[in-house]
Amino acid sequence: MDYVKAFVVGGLICVVIQILMDNTKLMPGRIMVLLVVVGSILGAVGVYQPFADWAGAGATVPLLGFGNSLWKGVWKSIGEDGFIGIFKGGFTASSVGISGALIFGYLGSVIFKPRMKS
Amino acid sequence: MEINKKAYEAYVKEVTPVHKRWPSIFRAFLVGGIICTLGQLCTSLFINGGFEKEVASAWTTLILIASSVILTGLNIYPKIVKFGGAGALVPITGFANSVVAPAVEFKSEGQIFGIGCKIFTIAGPVILYGILSSWILGVIAYVLMAFGIL
Amino acid sequence: MQLGKASVKFEEPPVILSMASIVGKKEGEGPLGKMFDMVEQDDMFGADTWEKAESTLQKQTADLAIEKGDIRRKDIRYLFAGDLLGQLIATSFGTVDLEIPLFGLFGACSTMGEALNLGSMAIAGGFADKVMAMASSHFATAEKQFRFPLGYGNQRPYSSSWTVTGCGSVVLGKHKKEGIAAITGITTGRMVDMGIRDSMNMGAAMAPSAFHTIQQNFDDFQVDESYYDKIITGDLGKVGRTILLDFMKNKGHNLESVHTDCGLEIFDSETQDTHAGGSGCGCSASVLCSYILPKVQSGEWKRVLFVPTGALLSTVSFNEGETIPGIAHGVVIEHIGN
Repeated sequence: MDYVKAFVVGGLICVVIQILMDNTKLMPGRIMVLLVVVGSILGAVGVYQPFADWAGAGATVPLLGFGNSLWKGVWKSIGEDGFIGIFKGGFTASSVGISGALIFGYLGSVIFKPRMKS
Repeated sequence: MEINKKAYEAYVKEVTPVHKRWPSIFRAFLVGGIICTLGQLCTSLFINGGFEKEVASAWTTLILIASSVILTGLNIYPKIVKFGGAGALVPITGFANSVVAPAVEFKSEGQIFGIGCKIFTIAGPVILYGILSSWILGVIAYVLMAFGIL
Repeated sequence: MQLGKASVKFEEPPVILSMASIVGKKEGEGPLGKMFDMVEQDDMFGADTWEKAESTLQKQTADLAIEKGDIRRKDIRYLFAGDLLGQLIATSFGTVDLEIPLFGLFGACSTMGEALNLGSMAIAGGFADKVMAMASSHFATAEKQFRFPLGYGNQRPYSSSWTVTGCGSVVLGKHKKEGIAAITGITTGRMVDMGIRDSMNMGAAMAPSAFHTIQQNFDDFQVDESYYDKIITGDLGKVGRTILLDFMKNKGHNLESVHTDCGLEIFDSETQDTHAGGSGCGCSASVLCSYILPKVQSGEWKRVLFVPTGALLSTVSFNEGETIPGIAHGVVIEHIGN
């Protein structure tokens, strides 16, 4: 059941974005920014976490989930450290994703060569 | 020319072909769904292996990113995006693709100004505005708490 | 002789003495594949960066044109050449070894037209006996500079074009009764901006400039489409062609059968997935030197109007929300009869 939910929810989020891309000609870079920002807003108003608890990877794998975890980090840090936590939580919560992408990305540049598109 | 710019814009829109809508939507659903299901599979495996939920999803993130980096290096991920569109851009794997692609491409321009700067071409804005928006929301929440509203 | 507002008619038309075209693998697999002098299977052209690959491509094409024409390098007085890269690095690095005085040109994808315009004026004016005109583009360098790194996934809209990996080079000489073809006139284009902002729809950005130049050519020479066996634009693609034909129709000209486009000829959009067609300065330059000139030489086409089209944008102007103005340069190429 978890798999079905992940498939359908994740798929539907992608469908919404596909429709948006087809209609607005928004470049992928803007789409990604939009997703993260919207994700953190939905997290802050308390919608995204319950949704993610229900949908699992269908909600956490899309970049909306990345935005939500940024917010979760900020919120948690405010609780622990007060004001300074606002500056701390975002990177703490997203550390694995960002470090992972940068480190693997760098390693990728060491291993792979540019290739022609076919 | 007799035709004005506004009329020309409307005219161009009329003569320009567009993607057939339904196939691309279906493919986005399929590809996005599959990537998220693989994510779910990872998470479940780690949870069954005794990891906490948070740690399991961190592992999932890492594995998805690593897979995307490898598929990009092998020139397969661009093909997945071409087929699946948003289905392959929206998941975290799309983010990873946007990090590794410029790193590989701009290696020829050196470690600092090539890889170092260009690795953030697309990821940079995502990180910047992600951090900024969550910070703004944090400030709002902090103020609301200070006034006892939250 | 100056003609009308923007044209020149040569009383002693310069002739094309030699031509060469080299293209990449994908272009070699297209409908014109067998007509190019050389199809390079290695997209890197044996170099280690895309930019060096494009420079190598230019060097090889220039050398081949010189060799085919049995001409000595030092007899070529001027080189008119260009590419799409910032500060023309493909040209400047590619032509160092040629040791020919260089005019580096940037006319986006219209560069071959610009080079032929200037080259034929230099010859007809008596300032040179032989000049070379050349233009190149490479899919990877263009993609990297104007769009995204190649490994980055994206979906290309149907209106977008595919940058040709290729180079075309011709050697022009003084008027005589033999040669591949004669350049009997030119019509130099001006900037035309119809307010298009979509960089994935270059055809629409350039079509008005092609229309303008062709119309100007008709006015200046006081002719119409029946004067030409073919009117060949550079890289308007499917969308651009539709627009050009519509505009022309409104002026009472039917270009349906007389018009073709290098971008439409070079790829098979059905099987090669190139969407609107080929583009880049290498597109019109390589098609000129492989498909158009041989047909003029054989007399299958007696007179053609070659109109390479360019979209003059940069990543800076695009990011600053500017429009994409276009330019198109006309060259009248004629069969040399007995």
